[in-house]
Amino acid sequence: MNATSTTLPAALEWKLPARGQVGMYVLIGAESAIFTIFVVAYLFYVGKSLSGPMPSEVLSPPILYTVCLLSSSLTIHFAARSLRAGKVQSFAAWWLLTIMLGAIFLYGTASEWHRLIYKEGLTIATNLFGTTYYSLVGLHGFHVIVGLFALSTVLAFTIFGAVKQEHAERVDVLSLYWHFVDAVWIVVFTVVYVIGR
Amino acid sequence: MRCAHSSKWPSALQVVQLVFWCVARAAATEPASPALSPTNIFAPASTPAKSIFGLSIFVLAVTASIFAVVFTLLAYCVVKFRKRINDDGREPPQVYGSNQVELAWTVIPVLIVVALFMATVRVIADVQKASRPDGAIEVIAIGHQFWWEYRYPGLKVITANELHVPVSDPTHPTPTFIRLLSADTDHSFWVPRLAGKTDLIPNHPNSLWIDPQATGLYLGQCAQYCGTQHAKMLLRVYVQSGEDFDRWIEQQRQPSPAGDAGAQGQRIFETTACINCHTIRGTVANGRFGPDLTHLMSRHTIAAGAVLNTTENLRLWIQNPNAIKPGSLMPAMELNDGELDALTAYLETLR
Amino acid sequence: MSTDAIALPGTELASTPVAARLHAWITTVDHKRLGILYITYALVFLVIGGVEATIMRIQLIRPHNDFVSPQVFNRMFTMHGTTMIFFVAMPVMFGFANYLIPLMIGARDMAFPRLNAFSFWMTAFGGLLLYFSLVGANGLYGAGNAPDVGWFAYAPLTSRTFSVGHSTDFWTLALLVSGFGSIGTAINIIATVLSMRCPGMTLAKMPLFAWLNLVMAGLVILAVSPLTAAQIMLVIDRYLGGHFFDTQAGGSAVIWMHFFWVFGHPEVYVLVIPAFAFASEIIPVFSRKPIFGYPVMVGATVAIGFISMSVWAHHMFTVGMSSAANTFFVISTMAIAVPTGIKIFNWLATMWGGKIEFKTPMLFLIAFLFQFLIAGLTGVMLASAPFDWQLGNSYFVVAHFHYVIVGAILFCLFGAFYYWFPKMSGKMYNETLGKLHFWLFFVGFHLTFDFMHIPGLLGMPRRIYTYEPGRGWDTWNLIVTIGVFFQAAGTLVFLGNLIWSYFRGRLAGNDPWDAWTLEWSTDSPPPAYNFYTIPSVQSRRPLWDLKHPDDPDWKYE
Repeated sequence: MNATSTTLPAALEWKLPARGQVGMYVLIGAESAIFTIFVVAYLFYVGKSLSGPMPSEVLSPPILYTVCLLSSSLTIHFAARSLRAGKVQSFAAWWLLTIMLGAIFLYGTASEWHRLIYKEGLTIATNLFGTTYYSLVGLHGFHVIVGLFALSTVLAFTIFGAVKQEHAERVDVLSLYWHFVDAVWIVVFTVVYVIGR
Repeated sequence: MRCAHSSKWPSALQVVQLVFWCVARAAATEPASPALSPTNIFAPASTPAKSIFGLSIFVLAVTASIFAVVFTLLAYCVVKFRKRINDDGREPPQVYGSNQVELAWTVIPVLIVVALFMATVRVIADVQKASRPDGAIEVIAIGHQFWWEYRYPGLKVITANELHVPVSDPTHPTPTFIRLLSADTDHSFWVPRLAGKTDLIPNHPNSLWIDPQATGLYLGQCAQYCGTQHAKMLLRVYVQSGEDFDRWIEQQRQPSPAGDAGAQGQRIFETTACINCHTIRGTVANGRFGPDLTHLMSRHTIAAGAVLNTTENLRLWIQNPNAIKPGSLMPAMELNDGELDALTAYLETLR
Repeated sequence: MSTDAIALPGTELASTPVAARLHAWITTVDHKRLGILYITYALVFLVIGGVEATIMRIQLIRPHNDFVSPQVFNRMFTMHGTTMIFFVAMPVMFGFANYLIPLMIGARDMAFPRLNAFSFWMTAFGGLLLYFSLVGANGLYGAGNAPDVGWFAYAPLTSRTFSVGHSTDFWTLALLVSGFGSIGTAINIIATVLSMRCPGMTLAKMPLFAWLNLVMAGLVILAVSPLTAAQIMLVIDRYLGGHFFDTQAGGSAVIWMHFFWVFGHPEVYVLVIPAFAFASEIIPVFSRKPIFGYPVMVGATVAIGFISMSVWAHHMFTVGMSSAANTFFVISTMAIAVPTGIKIFNWLATMWGGKIEFKTPMLFLIAFLFQFLIAGLTGVMLASAPFDWQLGNSYFVVAHFHYVIVGAILFCLFGAFYYWFPKMSGKMYNETLGKLHFWLFFVGFHLTFDFMHIPGLLGMPRRIYTYEPGRGWDTWNLIVTIGVFFQAAGTLVFLGNLIWSYFRGRLAGNDPWDAWTLEWSTDSPPPAYNFYTIPSVQSRRPLWDLKHPDDPDWKYE
């Protein structure tokens, strides 16, 4: 039998941060630390390749695909806002658009890699540039893929009518992850296509 | 009322520090005897090691004083504030903290840290930023799994495993500056009586310098794990007088003498895989994977100090390196007894 | 309060079949059960790691010994270090954190119970993967071999050129897998502490145990992630032909060191901060006083956490960094001594003026204070870079860090075991055996680790399977090895005590220590739901307030 309840001085509203949000922010912290190490390696090795194609020779900034990915942050924001307001149809439309924009971005990465490998002869084993480029862009792409899986799962639930207004908080947590993926792309883009070239 | 106890330790601290300073000063004038150990860091024989030794005494004195004070307090506390047998069962005064006390034991450690830091920075500069005088000898040390290659580029000498340097007179210094490279993985050059250790890392050249002030043999070994036989990558530094060093250099510069005594063995050497790894100047052998053997018999040990350079050891090493240094990269040469005898006899002509 | 099991739904009775009970343990998401799984797992690997250490010490008992081959010895020190850090110390701390945090903050479970289970099983699997290398690394037809690259696996020794076969891959993958588990647990701890506290428990009223584990979890997030990144890079080098650490292609061996020690240094604070957490709970109770300077303790720990991210290259003083870089890392490393010293003084001040009871937990904690003081001071010696140029990579360093990990962390851990065993099992341990354990282990620890400093001072490097006679190292190595057997004996007494007391100990009751934090308000062992009703608190010591209604803490905090 426990008797630890001491009476609180007055009716105290006890409000703590939502655990889903906290958890996702912490996960983002961990992922940021991982990306930081890859960015540090990338920057450290700029100009140090002993041979092979150099960034300025083979890289061209993927402007269109970047616009798609960054726009998907906007669309997911609208999606989450719709769901919070209870408009499930609107939510589904924006959510689908987000997924499509993310998929276009992935297609862009894939086609760039295809060109680099088969036309320019740059692979992960070619030189330091190849190693650091494919690792960094690939790590980011992997996070986009994972994100798209999660988003698609939610889309599937939505199609079956299982997603309602009360799930808005969880959708917020997921969109936080998606915003993180976009923010990382801004950093990767700057490091690879601006600084490193 | 809950309040912190006042304490009387500042003056005790000063007394204790004074005592330890006295002991440390006394110790500093008489470094530990090398008879205790030929690799004793407290028996420096060269300026970098001496600078470190001086700093270490200071650091030891400070840390010993801190230990004495805090340990005394802990021991006193444990004895004085133990629960007695005839305890009345009441809780003692509940003290939550004291800002003044917290400030005191923040400020004092900060001051101690500042003192230690300033002493340390000076020695870092002394060692890392030392200028190179004109009489300096230049050596390139290349670490291999599991042996040391030494090149004297100015003096045109290439040798292995036993480093010879001239003694340095403090009034007229002739230090040796060693550039540290690696042929494979990470190693570390550590001869405690001469200097602190510095690593040999591939694609990351380092350097260290020594100016030993007494002749003799100084021992050490590799201090960065480099693989199976890391433990037997021993260091032997022979500090010689100027004339002895010059004579050694001159001898090392000669190609190997041709002679009948080892003709049969030389033929075996040249037709077996030996020449793939070893160099013997004056012959066709110029492999670089293993040690230069041109003056093998001028060395007291073989296999990077693992065993003495005797006939039996030499023969055993060629027959089966794993018997002496299991995991070394020299393969067993699968020679028969006759071939082994001839080969050993040949190698013994390489003075 | 009786601890007889009431047949509540979900509680096993003795008559439940073994298979069902096993299934319940394997599928549990209850933080208490996961805590016990972590702790038990760690104890098993503690014994295994101890055997590896014993093998090494027997080999080093005299020069040119041939108890084991150099290949086996090199695997021993690699496995010993990797096992002890990743599969003993981290799991046991996560285990105690999982068990105690919800109880101390008045919650029913951790924030993410399923993530909790996932994290445990990832860690567990990582350990099994590492040990599978003993049979699997050469393919099942070969003898198999364990990794032999040292627990920090410097490049380029880990490249395919120098590490032939798969042993290094087992090392890499085992740590990658268990790293995900660690990050999962850290996310859980942070979310639990921030989001699940009971009413009235502001962060300023939270037990120090919760605070310190919060800081530890933050460090795990910031430190294990770089290791994960480095491991991925190593896998890319070994399998996809990458050149991150390929010095032949212009890559850098030193950058591996930077990445590893960016993990490796905060990691040791991940291990020691929970030990500080134990000390901050146990010392007050056995001194009968509250912790001295609670806000300063929190501030000092947070400071330690931050500073610990900036000291890593003190493990690299010998690699040839510039004098500017060396100087920076000297000052940051010495700086961290200040908040650490403050903590020692605060624990001392907690005992000062108290009524100290020398029960087994307190014996271990007093020894902790003594030993941690010494360990910290040898750390200050190592912080002075030129001194480190002699002491680094020698047995002095090995002695220093074992002084911290065994002398401070393990001693606190033993104290914690004895302190919370009554809560977790409902039984009291045997006090005589506890004291016997303490004295055996104390003697053994000092024989081994005090004397281990001396060969370091006399020039003995680490990671050598044998050494030369005539260097003055022989006698010290002999003494060091003898101490191991005392420690082994003490550990066996400890394990025997735990097992025997679990079955035959007398009932402990809710609060055998007359303590003050919330876990002591509920049953021993606590029911699955922890508390009958969620408590609400007004001070840092809610049970003190209840026991002393005339003189409650909240009047003075």
